[in-house]
Amino acid sequence: MDANTVSGRKQPFIYRLPVISHFRTSVGLQRAMLVTGLVLSIGFLLTTVLAPFIAPYGFAQLSDASGTFPAQQPPSAAHIWGTTVGGYDVFSRVIWGARAAAVVIVVAVVMSIFLGVALGLLSGYFGGWLDRTLVVIADAIYAFPSLLLAIVMSIVINHGQSSFWGGIVACSISISVVFIPQYFRVIRAETIRLKAEPYVESAKVVGASSVRIMGRHIFKNATRTLPLIFTLNASEAILTLAGLGFLGFGIEPSSAAEWGFDLSKAIADASSGIWWTGIFPGAAIVLTVLGLTLVGESINDLNDPRLRGRRKSGGKTPAGGPDSNGAQAALEAESRVL
Amino acid sequence: MTTNIDRPGPGSGPVLDIENLKVTFATDAGDVYAVKDVSLEVNPGEVVAIVGESGSGKTVTAKTILGLLPETATSQGAVLINGNNVISVSAAKLRQIRGRDVAMVFQEPSTALNPVYTVGWQIAEGIRAHADTGSGKKISAKDAKARAIEALRKVGIPDPDTRVNYYPHQFSGGQKQRVVIAAALALNPGLIVADEPTTALDVTVQAEILELLRDLRDKYGTSIVLITHNMGVVADLADRVVVMYQGDVVEEAPARVLFAQPREEYTKKLLAAVPHLGRNSASEGMTERAHQGGKVLVEAKNLTIEYPGRLGTPAFKAVDGVSFTVSEGEVFGLVGESGSGKTTIGRAIAGLNRTTGGSLNVLGYEMLNFKERTFKPLRKEIGFVFQDPAASFNPQLTIGDCVAEPLIIHSNPSPAEARKRVGELLESVQLPASYADRFPHELSGGQRQRASLARALILNPKLLIADEPTSALDVSVQAVVLELFKEIQREFGFAALFISHDLAVVDMLSHWVGVLYKGKMVEQGLGNQVMGNPQHDYTRKLIASLPVPDPDEQARRREEFRAVLHG
Repeated sequence: MDANTVSGRKQPFIYRLPVISHFRTSVGLQRAMLVTGLVLSIGFLLTTVLAPFIAPYGFAQLSDASGTFPAQQPPSAAHIWGTTVGGYDVFSRVIWGARAAAVVIVVAVVMSIFLGVALGLLSGYFGGWLDRTLVVIADAIYAFPSLLLAIVMSIVINHGQSSFWGGIVACSISISVVFIPQYFRVIRAETIRLKAEPYVESAKVVGASSVRIMGRHIFKNATRTLPLIFTLNASEAILTLAGLGFLGFGIEPSSAAEWGFDLSKAIADASSGIWWTGIFPGAAIVLTVLGLTLVGESINDLNDPRLRGRRKSGGKTPAGGPDSNGAQAALEAESRVL
Repeated sequence: MTTNIDRPGPGSGPVLDIENLKVTFATDAGDVYAVKDVSLEVNPGEVVAIVGESGSGKTVTAKTILGLLPETATSQGAVLINGNNVISVSAAKLRQIRGRDVAMVFQEPSTALNPVYTVGWQIAEGIRAHADTGSGKKISAKDAKARAIEALRKVGIPDPDTRVNYYPHQFSGGQKQRVVIAAALALNPGLIVADEPTTALDVTVQAEILELLRDLRDKYGTSIVLITHNMGVVADLADRVVVMYQGDVVEEAPARVLFAQPREEYTKKLLAAVPHLGRNSASEGMTERAHQGGKVLVEAKNLTIEYPGRLGTPAFKAVDGVSFTVSEGEVFGLVGESGSGKTTIGRAIAGLNRTTGGSLNVLGYEMLNFKERTFKPLRKEIGFVFQDPAASFNPQLTIGDCVAEPLIIHSNPSPAEARKRVGELLESVQLPASYADRFPHELSGGQRQRASLARALILNPKLLIADEPTSALDVSVQAVVLELFKEIQREFGFAALFISHDLAVVDMLSHWVGVLYKGKMVEQGLGNQVMGNPQHDYTRKLIASLPVPDPDEQARRREEFRAVLHG
C-alpha cells in the first residue's frame, strides 16, 4: 500500500465503510477469516433474496403437478435433500428458512440498536436516578436466562403460536428484550468515558445544549463499536430464533419455514436412520452463525491495532526523503494505544 | 550478601556501542523509518543524553537497547552491550542481558509498578530471574529480599527494612520513581536507560530524582542513557549530548560545548526555543500592577472548592481560601505543581466545577449559585483553551466545524458568514483558511493548539482561560504558540487566566503571577518580582528546582540552592 493514503484528503467513501475498510487493512490469516465469514454471510444474504428462484417448491408445498410428495424420501432427483415426515421438501424449506432468519435478525437488531443506543446515551450523559433505574432494569434482564425470557415474551405477545409476521415480530421483540441491555451497556459506558473528554467539555464551555452535545459530539464517537456487536448479536439472534422454534414457540410451518422448527421435527427421524431431515437445517444454522461470527471476530481484531496483523516491513534501506506525515501520524496514534 | 557481579572497569571500552542502527515500523500506511542511521557510544560512568522532539526516534532507540520493540518493528545494525548484539541474540540470552547488563527506568512510575505486589517483591522478581553470577545457583527468596532492601537503601528510601513490604500506593510519586530506579539497580547493571525519567514528576521532585541519578553515577560508576526533551534536565545531568531529529543524529557533543557553541542549525533553533526563567519576561520593567483602572472581570474572595469524599472520608479541599482578581486586559498567571488546585480554579471560572465556599464572581455572576441556564448567556464572553490539543477536538468534525461551534450556538449565522469568520480567525492564528476543511488528526500538535485558540476567540470573549495550553507541545512549537498567544492578546486585548506548571512559560506571558501550593495562594505579585525575588519558601524552592538550560549556570545554581532544596 502506498504510504500516502492516510496523509492526503479523505479516502473515498466506499473505502471508509466498516467491512470494506477492514478488508483493506487485513492480511494473512485474519484476511482468510474475514473472507470466509464474508463468503458465508453473503451466501446467506443471497439465499434470502433469491429464495423464490433457488427453491424448487414453496415452503409449505406438499404436492405438485405429479401428485403429493412422498413422506420421508431419501435425497433423489425430484427432492435433492429428500422430504420430511410431513412431506415437505427439505431443500426448499432450508432455503426459505434463510428468509425468516434474516428478517428476524434485521427487525430484532434494529429495534434493540435504536432503543439501546438512545437509552444508553441518555443514561450515561445525565446520570442520576434515571441512570440508576435503567441500570437496575438492565441488570435484572441480564439475570434471566435469555431463552426463558424470549419464551415468556413470545407467550405474552402471541400466545406462543402465530402467522409469519406475528411470529417474526414476537420472536424479534423477545430477542430485542434480551439485546437492548447489551447495547445499552456498551453505549452507556462509552458515553460516560466520552463525557470526560476535553472536546465534550469544550462544547460545554462554549454553551452547547445537552441535546447538541449528545447528538453531535458523543453519538458518533460512541457508536464505533456497533458493527461488531451487530454481527455478534445477529448470530445470537439466529440461535435464539432456532431455539424458540425448536421448543415450539416459533412460527407455524404453514406460515414460514424455520430451521429450529424443522430440527425439532427431525428428532424422531434421527433414531430411524433418516439423516437428511436434521443435517441440512442444522448445517444451515451452523454455517450462518459461523459466517456472522467470523465477520464479527475479524472486525474486532482489525479494529484493535494491537491485534491487527501487518505485512512485515520491507527491511529495505530508507529510500531517502522524510516520511509522509500520514505514516508518522499513524505511528503516533499507534504508540498511544500501545 | 555477595555482589561480585562482573562489570567492565573504567577504560575497558564502551558499555554500549550502537552502530548504524535502523528501525522500521510496519504500519497501516506503509513502512515508517523511525530510526534511520544512528551510531553512538556510551563509556563507563558516563551520562549520555539523547534529546529530540516527538517523532525524533529517541524513545525507539532507547527501546532497541533493551530489545523492547514491538513485533511490527524491524531493526538493522548492531547494538552491542558487553559484546552481545541485542538485535541478533536469542530470546534466552536477551533475558539474561536485561537486568544484569542493562536496565530501564520508565517515564510514569505509577504505571511501571504493579499495584497488587509489594515493592520488595517487584524488585526481588528481577533479582531472582537471574542466576547468581558467583555460584551459578538460583538466588533464594531471602537473599533476594536482602538485596532488594539494599537497593532501596541505595536510592534513599528511608527505613528500607520496613518499607520493602509496602505496596506502590503507599509511596509518593517521587518515591515511586526511586523504587523503579532501585529495581533497575538491583543487579548492578553497568548501564541504565532512563526514558524521560522526570517528565511525569513535579519540578521539585524532578530535582531530587536528578540528584539521585547523579549520585548513582558518582558512587557506583553506572552509565546512564538519558532520553529527554527537557533541555534543563540535560544541562543538569548529562556529560555528552546526542541531538536527534527525524530518526537521524544531528549533532553530538559534550554538554558544555553543545550549550555554549551549538554547531548545527537545528540545535541552535532548539536551544533558542527553550524558555529561560528571567528572560523575555512579560512584566519586564513594570513596577506596579497594570490594567488596574479597568473593570474587574474575575474576583475570588476566600474561594474554597471541595471534592466530596467517599462515604466516611472527609471532603477533599482542592482550593482553600484563595483570593485574587483578574482585570480587563490583564494576563494573570497561575503557577503550581500537580494537586495545587490551579486547574480546579480555571474550571470553576468556566463553570465546569462547582464552588463550595467563599465567593467567585465571574463577569458579575456569582458562581456559588451556579445554574447552567442563567450562566449560559455569559459563556460567549469566556474562551477556554485546553491542555491537550489532540483531545479537545471532536475527531469526527472538521476544524472549521469545531471552530465555528461557539458562533453557531450563540448567534446562529448563515453558513457563509460562519465560514468567513472561521477563515478570518484561522488567519489571525496564522493558519491558512483552507485548513477549515481538514480533520483534527491531519494537523500537527502546534497547529491544533492554534485552531483551539481560534475557537476560543471566535466570539471575541472578554476573558480567556488557558489551562496548560503548551505543555503537550514540543519546545520549538511551544515557543511559536507562546509568541502567537502574546501577540493575539495584545491585538484582541482580552483578559486571560494563564495556568501552567512551568514558571518560565508563565513569566513569559503574565503581568501578574500567583503561586498556588496545596490549594492555597502562597504568593502573588508582578512576574519579575515573584521570579526574581521570591518571598515565600515554597516559591523559592520551586524556582531553585527549575533546571536552567545551561550546564555551567545550572551547576552554580545547584550549589547555591542546595540549602533551599534540602531545607
